[in-house]
Amino acid sequence: MFGNKFIWLIWGLVTVALGGYYVYQFEGAEDKSALLIGDTSHGHFQIEMACSSCHTDPFGGPEILQNACLNCHQDELKAADDSHPKSKFTDPRNADRVKILDARYCITCHTEHDKDNTLDMGLTIPEDYCFHCHQEIFEERPSHEGMGFETCATSGCHNYHDNRALYEDFLIEHGTKPAMLPTQKLPDLVSDKEDNQLTVTEADAPIEHQNATAMSEWHESAHAQKGVQCSDCHQPQHSDSWIEKPGIAECSTCHTDEAAGFTQGKHGMRLSSTLDTPLNPVTPALVSSNGTALAFNPETMDQTHGCNTCHGAHTFNTQSAAVNACLSCHNDDHSQAYNSSPHAALWEKEIAGTAEPGTGVSCATCHMPREVHDDFGNITVIVQHNQNANLRPNEKMIRSVCMNCHGLGFSIDALADDSLINSNFHGQPANHIPSIDMAIERAER
Amino acid sequence: MKHSTLGLSIVGAALLLSACGEEAAAPVGIEPKLYTDSLFAVMNADRANYTKLIVQRLGPNGAGVIKPDEHWKELENGALLPAQMFRAGAEAVAEKTDEFSYSLQSLWPVNKQNAPRTEMEKEGLQYIVDNPGENFYGTEALGDVSYFTAVYPDVAVSPACVNCHNEHKDTPKTDFKIGDVMGGVVIRVPL
Repeated sequence: MFGNKFIWLIWGLVTVALGGYYVYQFEGAEDKSALLIGDTSHGHFQIEMACSSCHTDPFGGPEILQNACLNCHQDELKAADDSHPKSKFTDPRNADRVKILDARYCITCHTEHDKDNTLDMGLTIPEDYCFHCHQEIFEERPSHEGMGFETCATSGCHNYHDNRALYEDFLIEHGTKPAMLPTQKLPDLVSDKEDNQLTVTEADAPIEHQNATAMSEWHESAHAQKGVQCSDCHQPQHSDSWIEKPGIAECSTCHTDEAAGFTQGKHGMRLSSTLDTPLNPVTPALVSSNGTALAFNPETMDQTHGCNTCHGAHTFNTQSAAVNACLSCHNDDHSQAYNSSPHAALWEKEIAGTAEPGTGVSCATCHMPREVHDDFGNITVIVQHNQNANLRPNEKMIRSVCMNCHGLGFSIDALADDSLINSNFHGQPANHIPSIDMAIERAER
Repeated sequence: MKHSTLGLSIVGAALLLSACGEEAAAPVGIEPKLYTDSLFAVMNADRANYTKLIVQRLGPNGAGVIKPDEHWKELENGALLPAQMFRAGAEAVAEKTDEFSYSLQSLWPVNKQNAPRTEMEKEGLQYIVDNPGENFYGTEALGDVSYFTAVYPDVAVSPACVNCHNEHKDTPKTDFKIGDVMGGVVIRVPL
């Protein structure tokens, strides 16, 4: 009898303790890692502790998570002219297909908290998924006979979402251009702010906040050249209080597009104002803790990442930010090979002033490309600070970067060559992707 | 051809009247056929107007200030082809409601994904080709839902329609003539 009571007492205490523990985890704990149902993918692990950014409601169906995905990714999908938008699959005529592969929802193919089963591009289903809707492809395209469905999206030929550089007519139109285009130049960056050079004596920082180094660096910067005062960053909106180290909140008041891009990518996603939980800036150490394949310099493992980390407070030297800042942390083969690469040689000429601006190729040239936006005739060029935006699949880089200097065929081949990428493009592509040949042959038939 | 009534309110009203001991009223409201006919009338008018008032008037055969093209996004002053404009409308509607859906299909599609897929689509598209001037109506079950499905003929009205389809490298038919049924508009309403 006593034994039974004791067991019930223990059961009750354990239940209360466990219940209390999880209630605390839900409601009070800063570290909610005990609630994780599995390791998070490299795409999201940085923000996994901001649970309710994605899990916005404990109740509701897949629409809740779908909206969370779209909150961050829908602009990117629209810009990519998504080849498989949700609207294709909500049509009842595709009900049978949806039963097999419910492509209405991102999480069907990109399940989170399942890192061990996550492939490239965050894919969590077998790579031959194209089969479900395109079985008839061999009848339509005899040239595809013998190709496996697992190769559709892994061969440099097709992507599920973004085919802007890969669709057939584009291949035909640009496919015969030479590896090196006659003109090799990036779009010009044009400031919409008039020059209004300020002198050191005109700086409006209170005397107790002025120091010679900072004043000199500011005076040499683009900020002073454009009339941007100390108070514009340190006392925004005419505040009385002095912000010692302005951050993204202050930078974004002028550099809105850049800040928006930065907080979409892996460098700045932890600083996004859309997160429900404030997170510390990312560090190489944090990224390494998730088992990344990227290598970092041991000396900078604890380097936090904000605007000034790369741009440098007061100097705001974009040339340094475009290469030196990257290489101060990144230490993988591709990064290490940069300084001796053909691209770096062009960059050195540009910064030495012996070549035209826009003809050098820095890290930022490819990973933070200049984007030309046409808003009803108002042309603007912004630097995309989401370094992930054109990174995976890397064919996304073809139009935004490579084709400023290279022909389409060379670009496709080069980006499909992992060894060439690792060596930072020393040499020529080892293999040829036949997609352009196939497209031209079919057009001529 | 089964014509069912639309709207829970109508059913609810009928049940209410029945519960009150009165004789059940005849179903009132919009019949599916009238509903889809009305939708098609709007779609067809918009499509014809876009073709005539925008593409023909401002395109290469008119003022020449826009460039209607399959890859219109690639061109300065590029404009959607009429069929693309129609599909863009269908996609925009799909993002807003699941109360009805529509698509442009053909027995001879340029894009094979626009070939008929369901048995009713196949039957309907063949019917409007075999019976010029007539529409096709039916009901079908897709997934766990029953639909009223209507198929309306999409007739070649201008040389641009015919030439573009006849000359497209992906077309399975190269002898379309003006007045031919080139495809059909399929409208579905869940019952």
